[in-house]
Amino acid sequence: MSKRKPYVRSMDGWWKKNPFFVEYVIHESTALFVLAYAVTLLVGLIRLGQGEAAWNGWLAALQSPGALVFHLALLVAIAYHAYTWFKIMPITLPPIRVGGEKLSPCAIITGGLVAAAVASLGLIVLVWRIAA
Amino acid sequence: MSEQKFIEIEVLRYKPESDEAPHSEVYKVPFTDDMSVLQGAQYIKDNFDGSLTYRWSCRMAICGSCGMMINGVPKLSCETFIRDYYPNRITIEALAHFPIEKDLVVDLSGFIEKLESVQPYIIPAEKRSLDQGEYIQTPAQVQDYMQFTSCINCTLCYAACPQFGLNPDFIGPGAMALLHRYNMDSRDGGAEQRMELVASEEGVFNCSAVGYCSEVCPKHVDPANAVNINKTNAAKDYFLRFLSPKGGAK
Ligand code: FES
Repeated sequence: MSKRKPYVRSMDGWWKKNPFFVEYVIHESTALFVLAYAVTLLVGLIRLGQGEAAWNGWLAALQSPGALVFHLALLVAIAYHAYTWFKIMPITLPPIRVGGEKLSPCAIITGGLVAAAVASLGLIVLVWRIAA
Repeated sequence: MSEQKFIEIEVLRYKPESDEAPHSEVYKVPFTDDMSVLQGAQYIKDNFDGSLTYRWSCRMAICGSCGMMINGVPKLSCETFIRDYYPNRITIEALAHFPIEKDLVVDLSGFIEKLESVQPYIIPAEKRSLDQGEYIQTPAQVQDYMQFTSCINCTLCYAACPQFGLNPDFIGPGAMALLHRYNMDSRDGGAEQRMELVASEEGVFNCSAVGYCSEVCPKHVDPANAVNINKTNAAKDYFLRFLSPKGGAK
């Protein structure tokens, strides 16, 4: 008779077992902050549809200290989300060859981050000028 | 002469014939600076308990059989040195996410079946006769798949993949890297045959891009890249099927 009795270890709490997994769970959960911001904007849109008073109420609510702290937290979390998003970009892309040489992961990450920074700054400037 | 140094090695032991579950045992092992963790295990087997069971062969990081969790990280034990952990304790455990057969030996039969299922050989696009001569491949074409040929089937990437741990049917990083190696070969025409597996329930969409597999790969194969490129390929294939005259997904 076979004495085989393979033992299957539990996966409970797998994400706590390795710092790499802890970081993974953290950066994945920052997606919830992206969601929270999308909901905030959506509420603004709904308030806009409800007329001037509702819209002004929403604008005023955004200026409360609570809302400012909330947005600061959003900014930090979303910036981290963006950073980790570009950090895994090299593993998701097919090889990009420039002059026969494969583009290094570092170049891809830097390129992504620079593009994100430029796009964000461009947007801020644009909105600023429209507002002014 | 310098004093003999000792390191504590904690081993997760499991004897299927008598144990209900694995348990830890600690051994105090004398070591020299040139000793690998594998040699530490060998010392335990030779001097403390001859029943300690583990796999090894080449002792030079090429056969891929000596993988184990060393302080929670999947590593080849023959290229991991005891001196790098001293004076702290080293814990060794069978590769994570696989069933433990005995002590540090895991059941690899699922992995072997997956290797077979990716059809890891060249499937010529069309029949070729001998007098047509050899295939010509440019150095650039070789580069398309070269990195994926370096896999030694050590399965460290599986021990690094929580999605495989949660769903043992997931085809997983190693087998996908090999599948990709053949798909990328200019002599091969089997990508379409392999697509069914890539896009299947066991296929690439189990991957959530944790990326630890590529991190632990001792041969820099970057299996995460192979898996993720094939997500794009599977999505393309799915949408192109609607446009193709043959029509429809399978
Ligand atoms: S013994 Fe061959 S890879 Fe370690």
